[in-house]
Amino acid sequence: MSDSNIIPKWLSVGVIPLINLFLAFCVSGLFIFFIGENPFRAISVMIKGAFYYPGAIGYTLYYTTNFIFTGLAVALAFHARLFNIGGEGQAYVGGLGVGLVCLIFDQHFVGFLVTILAILGSVVFGAIWGIIPGYLQAKRGSHIVITTIMFNFIAAALMVYLLVNVIIEPGQMSPETRDFASGVGLAQIHILAKYVGLDMAMSPLNLSFIAALTVSVGFWFLVWRTKFGYEVRSLGHSETAAVYAGIKVSSTIIIVMAISGGLAGLVAINELLGVHNKLLLGFTAGYGFTGIAVALMGRNHPFGIFLASLLFGALYQGGTELDFEFSSITREMVLLIQGLIILFSGALAYMLNPLVERAYLKYYGNYSNA
Amino acid sequence: MKTIENKEGNETPDPLPSSNRPAIELKNITKRFGHVVANSHVNLKVRKGTIHGIVGENGAGKSTLMNILFGLYKPDTGMIFLNGQAVDVNSPEKSIALGIGMVHQHFMLVPTFTVLENAMLGNEGSMLLKSGEELVLDRLKVLSENYGLDVDFEAIISDTPVGMQQRVEILKALNRGAKILILDEPTGVLTPQETIRLFDILTSLREQGVTIVLITHKLKEIMSITDTVSVMRGGKVVANFSTEKTSPEELAENMVGRKVLLSINKPTLKVGNPVLKVKNVCHESKDGVNVLKDISFDLKEGEILGIAGVAGNGQSELLDILSGIETLQRGQITFNDKTILPYQDWNSKKARDFGVAHVPEDRHKRGLVLPFYNYENSILGYHRNKEYYSGFLMDKRKIFNFVDDLVENFDVRPRSSSISSGKLSGGNQQKLVLAREIECNPKILLVGQPTRGVDIGAIERIYEDLMKLKSKGTAILLVSVELDEIMSLSDRIIVMNQGSIVGETNSSDATELDLGKMMSGLEKV
Amino acid sequence: MLESFQLIISLLDSTIRIATPLIFCAMAGIFSERSGIIDIGLEGKMLLSAFVAATATFLTGSPILGLFAAIFASCSASLIHGFACITNKGDQVISGLAINILASGLTITLGIALFSRGGQTPPLTSEQRFMPIEFSFLDQMSIVPFLGDLFVEVIAGHNILVYLSVLAVFFTYYVIFKTRFGLRLRAVGEKPEAVDTAGISVIKMRYQSILIAGMLCGLAGAYLSIAHGAGFGREMSAGKGYIALAAMIFGKWNPIPSLFACLLFGFLEALGVRLEGVELMWIGEVPVQVMQALPYVLTVVLLAGFIGKARAPGAIGVPYSKEG
Repeated sequence: MSDSNIIPKWLSVGVIPLINLFLAFCVSGLFIFFIGENPFRAISVMIKGAFYYPGAIGYTLYYTTNFIFTGLAVALAFHARLFNIGGEGQAYVGGLGVGLVCLIFDQHFVGFLVTILAILGSVVFGAIWGIIPGYLQAKRGSHIVITTIMFNFIAAALMVYLLVNVIIEPGQMSPETRDFASGVGLAQIHILAKYVGLDMAMSPLNLSFIAALTVSVGFWFLVWRTKFGYEVRSLGHSETAAVYAGIKVSSTIIIVMAISGGLAGLVAINELLGVHNKLLLGFTAGYGFTGIAVALMGRNHPFGIFLASLLFGALYQGGTELDFEFSSITREMVLLIQGLIILFSGALAYMLNPLVERAYLKYYGNYSNA
Repeated sequence: MKTIENKEGNETPDPLPSSNRPAIELKNITKRFGHVVANSHVNLKVRKGTIHGIVGENGAGKSTLMNILFGLYKPDTGMIFLNGQAVDVNSPEKSIALGIGMVHQHFMLVPTFTVLENAMLGNEGSMLLKSGEELVLDRLKVLSENYGLDVDFEAIISDTPVGMQQRVEILKALNRGAKILILDEPTGVLTPQETIRLFDILTSLREQGVTIVLITHKLKEIMSITDTVSVMRGGKVVANFSTEKTSPEELAENMVGRKVLLSINKPTLKVGNPVLKVKNVCHESKDGVNVLKDISFDLKEGEILGIAGVAGNGQSELLDILSGIETLQRGQITFNDKTILPYQDWNSKKARDFGVAHVPEDRHKRGLVLPFYNYENSILGYHRNKEYYSGFLMDKRKIFNFVDDLVENFDVRPRSSSISSGKLSGGNQQKLVLAREIECNPKILLVGQPTRGVDIGAIERIYEDLMKLKSKGTAILLVSVELDEIMSLSDRIIVMNQGSIVGETNSSDATELDLGKMMSGLEKV
Repeated sequence: MLESFQLIISLLDSTIRIATPLIFCAMAGIFSERSGIIDIGLEGKMLLSAFVAATATFLTGSPILGLFAAIFASCSASLIHGFACITNKGDQVISGLAINILASGLTITLGIALFSRGGQTPPLTSEQRFMPIEFSFLDQMSIVPFLGDLFVEVIAGHNILVYLSVLAVFFTYYVIFKTRFGLRLRAVGEKPEAVDTAGISVIKMRYQSILIAGMLCGLAGAYLSIAHGAGFGREMSAGKGYIALAAMIFGKWNPIPSLFACLLFGFLEALGVRLEGVELMWIGEVPVQVMQALPYVLTVVLLAGFIGKARAPGAIGVPYSKEG
């Protein structure tokens, strides 16, 4: 995965990804056109759904929060040239961490303390689910892509088992735990707004969003301003050079996967502590996979990931609006768009390079020779 | 931008009789890779049934030219003629059909396949393997006998020695009916005996009318086996000779373009105490080959110890162990007063803590993280140094202060700290690596192939820097396959062959002939 | 005694039914990965072709046409994969993932647009499916005790695609190991330069391989919706593509061992269903999730080198590029 040597950064980081995104949307639009709907109307419905209606922005940012966490998780692994497809499973198991902490402690400690512990629980459990594939890659040479895929399924089976058989609320049919005690959880923004006298529409947006932004900033410092980040990036670009520089490859891989898993695990604080207030089946809803698209689009940079998360947040929230407005397109349209974005921004990321290179050399060639 | 007119034709004699149409003729071939011009307006003629040598330094464009002839690369301009006919060689498929075969520098063999499977690939004789194998095996056995291409058809390639792999490559080409055979640096990995054997094979091929193009940078080989020779420099053919009418000196002069002043002012310095003691070091590679056998030597303060040898005789592994990249398996190493024992925790970080700096043989793979900026690369391996930090965080300003000086003092061009190191030329990349390793004031400097793929100007600069370091009292271990380099820089020379030290001499006593004999394992001193 | 024998018979019978799509996909994976192209997209191709098979069959009334349509759809997905990672040298894992997500979105969206049934296709009649083949002469076999039952219940009475899947294994084995095409295919997955310099187009070889993979995935999809099932349901591939991927790795990229891995994984699933709610001696109740997770756990354990060593093709995942 390398960029062209010829074209300058503003083209390869700024312009080409935008063109790829544009292509993905064009194909989506064509598709909508072919099933007999007006793509422009669909877009306007989605934009309204994502930003215009009361609470819409809150919902959009609530989704954004999840994508920031999973996007950062995938991105950190990418920096070490590890492909962590296991964000979904790590987020899921992170939820187990939150659930266990809350169920065990919420009758004994104050809500604030339990919440802090639960956040830690999400990170630790997510990290564990990342460490195992990391360890197997580092020490046993198992391909991390395959192991993390397998771990997603193992996580799903584990969670179903626990939720159905062990931590289900007794006497209840649906596989969920009991509600966490009141006082446990992260406050929703519209409630906080009320305290300062602002009137905001109700939405699931909660303090996790602030946490996500903070973590993003921390991510930037970690990757570009610390020794560890330097070592991770060296390893990602060239393992041989990393060994030459005395960087311990195995332990770096394992730590990266731990942090990556921990980041993915944080999805659980948004979902469980911020919204559902209990552990339930399938709360990750594919956010882990979307994180891959987010990291690819955001070029593994926290700012890019924020923008990409915002886009996907808007798509998810706007997508729900499609259900109400159209008979023949639904929110699953968003999956299609997501697939196309991964295709164009990820797999076909270099498709345009030769074209742009040629154009660039034609117009700027004289400068660079001079 | 006008290209300079080629001088050949006026100055160099055309060795070809005009009546005989050349087997190969390349006209005005130009090939660019991005901004880099690999071949520029190249013309070349090779007579049928001769061995034609192409010499030139690394990066002179020899391999590119031959890859164009073989159809792997498409030239930007130019024409190719075979036996006087213009041909369009746009793929290996086409060139093979036209009777061209190529033995690449890095063998194109499938490591998990047998010799037979490899040799038949591309001309399998039948849709079904079984019947095809019988057919091809018969044919290969004849070829193998005719030309002395002795191979074990059942063996798996990854288990066979390089010499045999090369013969498989030649068989593969002949199996596909090659009448023109291109060999790219064929002797780089061979022992002297294997080289002699290869040349016998080539000679008998020539007798059967096969036209051979031999790419090499070794002048001795050119002199001993070719009929005609072309010299390439900077992507151009700068001279053509009939081999018997030229001399190694003349070829060398053309290769580098100007007389190289290799007479280096060695600082006369009293050599001090040993700072590195290597005792009975043995090493087994991952494939179970004994790559180092009982290596022992001392390296003293202010001394440059040269390790001469054909590539692949254990020098790389020795450097890897000394620099902490590989674990020590047997023997012991002492740096000043600290001793490393087998299977002790030993890595590059520790080596640097002991004052061992390392300019690796392969700067692309090891010495630099190519996509990194210069400022990032100039602290590679030293990135833990507290000087570069404010608290937990790396301080870009502190790093820049250091790097700006570094780039200035060591003449790295362009003089920028925030350009991707991958965009520098080979020479400037090497200067950057060397600068980094010298700047940390090492007690011991390990240097591998310091001038590989480096332009002349940079070479002189690098030699100067090494001498400066020596005069400061640093002990330098120099590994190079370039004999001239070893001889002109070192105080003392040890020679390695097949994992053993086969000789040691003071550089003042050494002659190229003696060293050459030792390198080939023919003579022990 | 007789009861437990009957249980085993019916277990084996459902093992084969469950394993069939796995076998097709595992063979598809072998073709693709042996040529050097990672195929995470088995799942998506199977899902897409299941949808297309059901849709085409419903619209035309002919399961044969449905089958061809499925193969066509799956091959189209293969071509997208090829365009991304062979022609444009994109990342193979990312491309496969894109195909899986695309297939999810596409099948549901198209399903709703076409049929307005929440993403399902209308149910198919038995004339519109590949029904079990009745061999009348076989009924006499059942006179033979045990063996006869085994034969009639387990081997006989499946639809044509089940038998085709076994054929696919031998086809794969034969093509990969016994033909010129197979030699080149293996070479291209181990060392593409060797193939290129032998005058064979790496790109063409790889496209051919992934197209065969596409065809096999198409068969798997058709099996799900117009043979085993009677119509398409949302996400009906339900991770089978990934299990097949695991089975292929478990079989170390070899057709015959992969077949057994598919059968093993199929058996585990069948067993899990059968054991639900059953108290076993000594062990107690085995949760169905244990059986579901077992194929993945086994594959992880294998990959970690605890049971032999699984070696992937040498050049897998690396786009081939001539210049540099």
